[in-house]
Amino acid sequence: MTARAMESKQADGVIAGTWKGFRTVVRLLAYNRVGFIGFIVVLFVVLLSYAGPVFIELDTKTKIDRIYITPTLEHPLGTDHQGRDIWSQIVNGGKDVIYVAFLAALISTLIAVVFGTMSGFIGGWMDSAIMSVTDIILTIPQFPLLAVLAAFISLNSLTFLGILMGLLNWPTLLRALRAQALSLKQRDFIEAARALDLGVWHIVLREMVPNMMPYIVVSFALGMTFAVYQQAGLVFLGLVPISAGNWSVMIQLAWVRGAIFYKDSVWYIMAPIVAIAILQLAIISMTRSLELVFNPRLRASE
Amino acid sequence: MATVADLSDVRGGGSTSPLSMLGAIWGSYFFRKFLRALATIFIVTTIIFFLVRLLPGNPIEIYVNQLIVTYGMPVHEAKDQAAALFAIDLEQPVILQYFSYLQNLARGNFGQSVLSPGTTVTEVILRFLPWTLFSVGLGLLISFTIGVLLGVIMAYRRDSYLDHGLTVLSSVVSSVPDFLIGLLIVVWLGVQWKILPIAAMRGAYSSGMTPGLNLEFFLDALFHGALPISTYVLTSVGFWMLSMKSNTISTLGEDYVTIAKARGLKEWRITTAYVGRNAILPLFTILTIRIGFVVGGSLLVEQIFEYGGIGRMLGQAINQRDYTLMQGIFLIITFSVIFANFFADVLYGWLDPRIKLQDN
Repeated sequence: MTARAMESKQADGVIAGTWKGFRTVVRLLAYNRVGFIGFIVVLFVVLLSYAGPVFIELDTKTKIDRIYITPTLEHPLGTDHQGRDIWSQIVNGGKDVIYVAFLAALISTLIAVVFGTMSGFIGGWMDSAIMSVTDIILTIPQFPLLAVLAAFISLNSLTFLGILMGLLNWPTLLRALRAQALSLKQRDFIEAARALDLGVWHIVLREMVPNMMPYIVVSFALGMTFAVYQQAGLVFLGLVPISAGNWSVMIQLAWVRGAIFYKDSVWYIMAPIVAIAILQLAIISMTRSLELVFNPRLRASE
Repeated sequence: MATVADLSDVRGGGSTSPLSMLGAIWGSYFFRKFLRALATIFIVTTIIFFLVRLLPGNPIEIYVNQLIVTYGMPVHEAKDQAAALFAIDLEQPVILQYFSYLQNLARGNFGQSVLSPGTTVTEVILRFLPWTLFSVGLGLLISFTIGVLLGVIMAYRRDSYLDHGLTVLSSVVSSVPDFLIGLLIVVWLGVQWKILPIAAMRGAYSSGMTPGLNLEFFLDALFHGALPISTYVLTSVGFWMLSMKSNTISTLGEDYVTIAKARGLKEWRITTAYVGRNAILPLFTILTIRIGFVVGGSLLVEQIFEYGGIGRMLGQAINQRDYTLMQGIFLIITFSVIFANFFADVLYGWLDPRIKLQDN
């Protein structure tokens, strides 16, 4: 067999393997109907928010003759207090919300995974130290703390906002992951790995974390919903400097401009509320399918 | 320490040495929970002190500069005024300032409002905090009761239409942020459909009322608190319901339930004394997390309904950058949550003696 044939055969194998893996993932995703719908909706919202702005430009022109018109073909969701198209604001306003939520969830999940597994696996004084800190931070009401911090430190950049939320949101996730690590520690395969003296890092990264993946992914998704809540709340209180077009900013503007008081302006306040509610609900529903996809035992059985 | 040693002397008999008594106190569940509460209070106050006093461009510096620049006040006079407002003596070294700050807090002296000098922060707290405690407390109590009852029913009739319907409903409602639910109530029930007189429901009680312990005043307070309370109930009832359902289902499989059935005990007694009592216990650990969350939500919810609670005051103080008022309210909210947590921990330890032993 020539080298080239070998190569192409190998490539075929890789493609076939990827294809098979892909099919398995889709099958597991689709196994839970609610979770699958959630996944599709999340995918749709993300696509709309990141690819949508390319096709639908943010309408920034003030049109005095078109203030608060109800939905028409030209303006599918009506217009706002300056006659700007609401649909274009919805399409352009998801990006920031998702970015901040993703960043915050990433940081808080990372902290929770590293310290949660260490706490559960190593135990002893390390466990009591980590858990004391966690319990203390868990008791401080997070949203007021975040609001007070936002008053002291001006939150000019979205990245900074995401990092700050990530640094505060980990305690609940950490507790859940520590409980997982504690129960995994008792299992035979971990005992075997310890008997073989495979080293703490190998055991944690290669044996424990893959088995904890379903919980980690769910924690990540829940972390995103926390962050969406918090950023919308901070913006509503007027603590994050207003940047153009963002669902939370739309809610705040609609509230401040009194859009709730007229029949025709209800579209302006309802559109971003519904957008945030759909995103939250879809993320939470999606966790049901993600649990299955990231469960290593279910994948291996294919 | 002396009292502990004295106690062991009185008891006589070398078996309980002072050291083992100390060990017993240290090992006590309540003592450790109490220490944790104290440690949390200490850490929070320290963070706030450093934010107010030490951060570059902190509010005291800004305030002093403002007085000097806008009113042409001499430096020491401006400093004196800031010191009076913030209840911190600026002439001392920072570490002593910190101790006197702690001392003032312990005496309930949170300083004076920056924007309305003459009003002490303590006055504001005493006026508005009771309403938040009232609405959040009642909201949690109602949602806990309804959630637990529905959770048990769902567990007994699982896979029925009722079970599925309630599961879907609760996951939808609890995934929408609480203040957005509040907004929806105002927009639809208040303004668009005009079902609720939201303008009359603002504030903590009607203006003609004098606060007192009578039915009339209580009903008025309930009328004004109804919207925030319903919002708290709506957004947290699903949590209790789903947790109670899964706890009940797992308790139903326990041996002692089977044995209780075999003994021919009445179904009602098994449900309440055997299943319900055991299934409800883990909910107390969730309670400790939920309290902080609902109190945090009250900051936004009270804003929306213009309810006269401490959350709304905190929102205003933050918006106007009234730093003394802000730090005072934040500290008092945090202390309330810490206290509520401690209370929930004690209650849990008292209801479930196993937890005290396990925790050791």
